[in-house]
Amino acid sequence: MTQPDRGFVSLRDVHKTFGAHKVINGISLDVAKGETICIIGPSGSGKSTLIRCINALVPVDRGSIHLDGIEVNTPKLDKLALRRRVGIVFQQYNLFPHKTALENIMMAPITVLKQDRAEVEARARALLKKVRLAGKEGAYPGELSGGQQQRVAIARSLAMRPDVMLFDEVTAALDPETKKDVLTTIQDLARDGMTCLVVTHEMGFAREVSNRVYFTEGGLIVEHAPPAEFFSNPQDPRTREFLSQVL
Amino acid sequence: MLRFSDAFAPSAVRVTSRAALAVSALVFVGSSAMAAAGSAHDSVLTILIRWAPLLLSGFLFNLLISVLSMAVGTLAGIPLGMMQLSSLRPLARLGYYLTQFFRNAPWLVLLFICVMLLPFEFRVAGLRIPFPDWVKAVVGFSLPAMANVSEILRGAVLSVPTGQWESAESLGFNRRQTMFQIILPQCIKRMLPPWMNLYSLITMSTVTASVVGVSEMLTMTAQVHAAEGSRPELLAPLYSFAMLCFFVYAYPIGKWTEYLERKYQVKD
Ligand SMILES: Nc1ncnc2c1ncn2[C@@H]1O[C@H](COP(=O)(O)OP(=O)(O)O)[C@@H](O)[C@H]1O
Ligand SMILES: [Mg+2]
Repeated sequence: MTQPDRGFVSLRDVHKTFGAHKVINGISLDVAKGETICIIGPSGSGKSTLIRCINALVPVDRGSIHLDGIEVNTPKLDKLALRRRVGIVFQQYNLFPHKTALENIMMAPITVLKQDRAEVEARARALLKKVRLAGKEGAYPGELSGGQQQRVAIARSLAMRPDVMLFDEVTAALDPETKKDVLTTIQDLARDGMTCLVVTHEMGFAREVSNRVYFTEGGLIVEHAPPAEFFSNPQDPRTREFLSQVL
Repeated sequence: MLRFSDAFAPSAVRVTSRAALAVSALVFVGSSAMAAAGSAHDSVLTILIRWAPLLLSGFLFNLLISVLSMAVGTLAGIPLGMMQLSSLRPLARLGYYLTQFFRNAPWLVLLFICVMLLPFEFRVAGLRIPFPDWVKAVVGFSLPAMANVSEILRGAVLSVPTGQWESAESLGFNRRQTMFQIILPQCIKRMLPPWMNLYSLITMSTVTASVVGVSEMLTMTAQVHAAEGSRPELLAPLYSFAMLCFFVYAYPIGKWTEYLERKYQVKD
């Protein structure tokens, strides 16, 4: 379905303003199936907005967003069809606090996709094992650490069997110890061939795991390159300035 | 974070009832002693014991009215609150105006209107359904209860972090599924303390039904006083007894509300 000249996930000249505030000023990017890209940039540069545009949580003003041939920026968009193919994980986990870890994972496939409960439960248990949380099935989010909650949130998204995963600074609220477990989980996913778009401040992760790194500022992509090149030889002064602060 | 329960801060009720206990106990003991001192009349205690069954039956009537009003008010208030939150604008507006109208009307006025304007019986298909004053009073108290429950529900829903909506939407839940499976279940805990405060307020205000002749406790107290020859020295002990009954009932509810408020304090 993907057009030959466009990636599996593909943005063309995307614009978004909130009121008079221009947040995204013409962003284009392409991600091939199975690739992992990292998006870095200063706070307020529009990274979260960009990620939310891809699964239509935020409607864009102008431009085209394709996901495996599905055009996102159209009034005719079948949102459910899009959302079952795109998982998103947020900085604040946003687990459903009144449900156990297992129920959190099972809810959407049962309610939204009307799948068989027994089959969904088996899958949910397998996913918890995959994010290394076997034994926490009956725990409520309030009883889990931040890192554990975040891994449940990842499993919850994966239960919908998405083709693309979006991560929005998912380790920003975590302490260094639990950060590692979450990053490892994402790394495993990327290795297994999941297409991942990762907004992060973890430069080590970007360097090791991603196929390309994008640097955004002021709602624009300033530059992008494979990590080795990006980190050793940044071209734009703004990128160099940013890297000198975070590295 | 929006603290919707502030609207029904229990402190006012609490202070009043604590003072009430102190005052009524004092007045009660003092006046009993005075009234008993060298008179040919029965002692206050004798009088109270004589009339206690009647007075307490009046009090039970207050409780019945309060429970029914709260039940009807809750059953009507939840749909009204949902209406306020509807994504259909006209429906949401209607819900908002209905809520505001009944929330900003004095309870006594609503009570008067209900008692005066509602018929004393309904005829449905040849069947006569009597509609006594106390039932009208229940309707009168249900209206403000409904409006306040509607507002409590709205506040509770709005106090759920937007991340919950975002997550649900990203997982493909529609608005209705999100509301019923994710948002509302989280609201029950949030609603409980302000809902119980509202119940306490309704209970206290049931005595205003005496104004329209419902034979609840205040009415009974006045009648007992008259039956005992309207002796002025009986006023304090009789009315203190009424206060005491309300206090003994409402104070534990207030305490429990406080406990729930602490327990369910929204953490994020
Ligand atoms: N829903 C919104 N309404 C208005 N302004 C918003 C909204 N979401 C984001 N913004 C603004 O857009 C800008 C970019 O935000 P964001 O995409 O969160 O950046 P980043 O994730 O890079 O920090 C910020 O200035 C923010 O205040
Ligand atoms: Mg952000």
